[in-house]
Amino acid sequence: MKLREISELLNATVRCGEVRLDEEHETAFASDLMSDVLTLGDYNPVILTGLSNMQTIRTCEMGNLDIIVLVRRKKATEEMIEEAEDEGMVVMECDYSMFKACGLLFKAGMLPIF
Amino acid sequence: MHLEYQVYEADFVNAGAASSSIKKTLKQLNVSPQIIKRVVVALYEAEVNAIAHAYGGTIYADIEPDKITLKVVDTGPGIPDIDWAMQEGNSTASPEVRNMGFGAGMGLPNIQKNVDKLNVTSTVGVGTTVEMEVNFT
Repeated sequence: MKLREISELLNATVRCGEVRLDEEHETAFASDLMSDVLTLGDYNPVILTGLSNMQTIRTCEMGNLDIIVLVRRKKATEEMIEEAEDEGMVVMECDYSMFKACGLLFKAGMLPIF
Repeated sequence: MHLEYQVYEADFVNAGAASSSIKKTLKQLNVSPQIIKRVVVALYEAEVNAIAHAYGGTIYADIEPDKITLKVVDTGPGIPDIDWAMQEGNSTASPEVRNMGFGAGMGLPNIQKNVDKLNVTSTVGVGTTVEMEVNFT
């Protein structure tokens, strides 16, 4: 699924990485726990999280994960966006709950990694 | 190449800065992305541990042509039972640490999964040293 379609499905605001919206991604992973996000090995799924702080960006940087969707009306700070831009990441903000965001993406064909 | 970084207690804003710097250095040295990911995930976990559980510390990195050796030396309360701490799910993290998305008791086990050699030594009331080695081939 194109990142653009993900942003439309979730009615999300794209905060950075707009140039990458035509990229295709097939898998997603949802967690508020960065410890879990750090255990994904070689996968690069779209990350859905309700945790919005610098560690969200840093954790994704360490894990080579570069598509982040903040759910539950969480907003990224300017500092987070600056760091995410430096890393070439895509960051979206979405008002939906984690459950709804995951449900919409799953229904549209996004796959889990396990 | 020898690199050193200081980390400070509860300095969550900068947690990961050292790991990020080492990631950039390894990229410049053309180390494979898979190896870099293992190195920085392990180091980031150890860096967060030193910031979250200890009173800060020093990270030493030695990069050789075929491997990287990392040592995270903290001054802190130490770990009374390393075997207990190495088990997934065991944690003494504060609510503040949990709010940052950590403290699930997965740090040390995840370090073990990502490195080729791991040695954790600790003295209660003095501090903990985590030594890690990752081969490039």
